[in-house]
Amino acid sequence: MKTDYDKKAATEIILGFDNRPEMLVQILHAFVARFAYLGEDGVRQIATELNLSRAEVWGVVKFYHDFRTEAPGRTVIKICQSEACQAMGSRDLTAHAEKTLGISMGSGDRAHTLEPVYCLGNCACSPAVMIDDQVYGRVDTRRFDTLVTDAESQ
Amino acid sequence: MSAADTIRVFVPRETAALSLGADDVADAVERTAKELKCKLEVIRNGSRGLSYLEPMVEVQVGEDRFAYGPVRPADIVDLFAADFLHGGEHALALGNTANIPYLKSQQRWTFRRCGLIDPLSVADYQRHGGFAGLRKAFETGSTAIIEAVTESGLRGRGGAGFPTGIKWKTVAGAQADQKYIVCNADEGDSGTFSDRILMESDPFTLIEGMVIAAFAVGASRGYIYLRSEYPLARTVLEKALSICKDHHWLGKDIAGSGFEFDIELHLGAGSYVCGEETAMLESLEGKPGLVRYKPPLPALEGLFGKPTVVNNVVTLASVPDIARLGADAYADYGVGRSRGTLAFQLAGNIKRGGLVELAFGATLRELIEDWGGGTASGRPLRAVQIGGPLGAYFPESLLDTALDYEAFAALDGMLGHGGVVVFDDTVDMAAQARFAMEFCAVESCGKCTPCRIGSVRGVEVIDRIVANENREENLKLLHDLCTTMIDGSLCAMGGLTPLPVRSALKYFPEDFAPTAGGS
Ligand SMILES: Cc1cc2nc3c(=O)[nH]c(=O)nc-3n(C[C@H](O)[C@H](O)[C@H](O)COP(=O)(O)O)c2cc1C
Ligand code: SF4
Ligand code: FES
Repeated sequence: MKTDYDKKAATEIILGFDNRPEMLVQILHAFVARFAYLGEDGVRQIATELNLSRAEVWGVVKFYHDFRTEAPGRTVIKICQSEACQAMGSRDLTAHAEKTLGISMGSGDRAHTLEPVYCLGNCACSPAVMIDDQVYGRVDTRRFDTLVTDAESQ
Repeated sequence: MSAADTIRVFVPRETAALSLGADDVADAVERTAKELKCKLEVIRNGSRGLSYLEPMVEVQVGEDRFAYGPVRPADIVDLFAADFLHGGEHALALGNTANIPYLKSQQRWTFRRCGLIDPLSVADYQRHGGFAGLRKAFETGSTAIIEAVTESGLRGRGGAGFPTGIKWKTVAGAQADQKYIVCNADEGDSGTFSDRILMESDPFTLIEGMVIAAFAVGASRGYIYLRSEYPLARTVLEKALSICKDHHWLGKDIAGSGFEFDIELHLGAGSYVCGEETAMLESLEGKPGLVRYKPPLPALEGLFGKPTVVNNVVTLASVPDIARLGADAYADYGVGRSRGTLAFQLAGNIKRGGLVELAFGATLRELIEDWGGGTASGRPLRAVQIGGPLGAYFPESLLDTALDYEAFAALDGMLGHGGVVVFDDTVDMAAQARFAMEFCAVESCGKCTPCRIGSVRGVEVIDRIVANENREENLKLLHDLCTTMIDGSLCAMGGLTPLPVRSALKYFPEDFAPTAGGS
C-alpha cells in the first residue's frame, strides 16, 4: 500500500540498506514503491543520510525512467513500445488507449497514468501491457478496455 | 493412495503463461478437483518455452508427462470430463510433452530443465543433475574449470559473443583483495526473453553457474542486476537465493568445500544502456548509468575498481552442465567458431512464438518456418529483426542465412542475444528506422555527441525524407549521420543504431519513397 511521504518510514527504508550509498538505485526503488514518487523532501533526506549532495541524488533520479517525480494516477498502465509489440499492433493499441483514457502517452490524470515501456519480455505473446505490475499478453483493444475496467474496480 | 500415487498437475507460473491467465487456470483445476473429490497436487512449474501454447498444462502419467494447451479456465471442467488426469483425448491434447515436435527437435542444454521441474525445489533440481557441476568443479579445481569453459567454446550470450573462458582467466590472474561476479540480467533487447524464462523456470542453474564462476576466479561476492520490468523473476530469484542460503549452496563453506560466496539481487531502473556492462557497474555503485571508457577492462578494474566477471544469465547458466558433462559434450554442438547452443526467441508477428534452443548452424528460414510456422496474421513475411533493437532488419530473401555469429557479421547483422522479431507486409520500414533513432535518443547515456544529438537529428532527417523534402540531400545526410555515429560512439548504443536504420534503407528503399509511409 502506498502512503504519503513520512520521514520515519523513509529512515527505516534507508536503514534497511545499511545506509550504503552504493544502494542508492535500490533505495529510490523502495521509495517509489512506498511513497509512489520522489519529491524534494525524500531526496533531501536520502542525500543527508547517505552523505551525498542533493544534486547527486537528483542526478540519479533523473537518469532512470523508473523514478517518478510526480504522483501517478490511481491505475498505472504501461504499453510496450518495442519492436515485437509494434509488429502486433502496439501503435494502434497506444492510439486507442490515448483516445479512450483521454491522456497522451507519457502523461496522466488522477485516474490513470499512461507510460511507455521498452519490452516486458512477453514478446512471443505481443502486444504486451503492464497494469499495476501485472503483465498481460495478446492485448487487443477490447481486452485492453476490460483489463483497465477490472483494474479500476479493484 | 500413497503420496507417490497422487496425481500431479503442472500449471506454469511464468510471465507469458500468467499474462494469458495461468493463475485462473490453476484455480479452476483446484476448484474442479475439489468438487469432483479428486485428489491431486498442482505444481507451479516454469515454462517449457512453448509460449504459443501457454498456458500449457501438463499431467504426470507414469514416467511421462502429457500436455494440453493453450488452456483457458473455461476448458477445465471439460478436461476433467475427458479424463485428462490420465492423458485422455481432448481437442487441446498435445500428447506426450517430450514428443511435441517444437520441443523434440530442439537441442536443449541450458534450458533442459525449464518447465520440467519445480523451480524452487532443491530436491527436484538435484534429481535432474543440479549442483553436480559445482561438486565436480570443487573436485577438479579452479584451473581445470576455466580450462573446461575455454575448451567448450562458450561465448558470451549477452550479445557481444566474447569467449567466456578468456574473460574468466583474466580475472583469475588478476591480483586483488576482492573480486566480483556480476550477472547481467538486464535483458534489455526487445524480442528477447530467454533470461527471463530461465530465471523464472530454473533459477538454481543460474546460481550454480555463478558459484562456479566465483570459485574459478576467486570471487567472494556476486550481484544479479535484474531489469525492473521482470517482477516475477524478481520474486522467484529472491526465494531461490534464500533457499540456497538455507541449504548452504551460498554463504560460508558452500557444500562443505570451505569456499565462501554470496549473491545480492539489484534491480535496474528502466534504462536500456544499463545493460552495457560498464554502465551496469556504475548503476551497481549507485550512480547514473554512464558508460565507462575502456580500458581498463572490467575484468581488471570493474565494480568498485576490482576485477569483475560480467556475464549474461544464459552464459552463466550454461556452465554447470559444461562442468558436469565436460567441454566436449558442449562443443560437439555447433559449427566453426560458433560452438554449443543458442537460445533463439521467436517473437512478434509469428504463429508459434517461443524459445528455441538450437545448436549453431540451422538457418533463419528453418527457425521461422519450421518452428515458427510463419506469421501470426497469415500475411506474407516482409522483414525480420534479429538481435534486438540494435540488430539489422533482413528481408525475406536473406532467410537462408545460417544462424551463426560469423554468417551474420558478414551481412552487417548480428545474432546478439538471439531475438528474432517477425513483421508481416503491413510493416512500414521507414517507421521502424525512425523508431531505431528515437529509441537511441531516449536511451542514450549522453556521453557522446553523435549518439545523444545524432539520434535526435536522425529522427528529423527520416521525417524529412518521408515527407519528400530535399530527398537526395537528406538521404546523404542520413548516411553521413550513421557514419558519424558508428565512428564517434563509445558503445554499441550509438555505434550500432545505424544497423537497423541502414538495413531498412538498403533492403526496403520503397518505404522511404514519397508515396509510401509517413501517414
Ligand atoms: C547498449 C548495450 C546494451 C546491452 N544490454 C545487455 C543486456 O541487456 N544483457 C546482456 O547480457 N548484455 C547486454 N549488453 C552486453 C554487455 O555489455 C556485455 O557484453 C555482457 O554482459 C557480457 O556478458 P557475456 O559475455 O556473458 O555476454 C549490452 C551492451 C550494450 C552496448
Ligand atoms: S554511444 Fe551513446 S550510450 Fe554509448 S556511451 Fe556514447 S552516449 Fe552513452
Ligand atoms: S517487445 Fe513488447 S514485450 Fe518485448
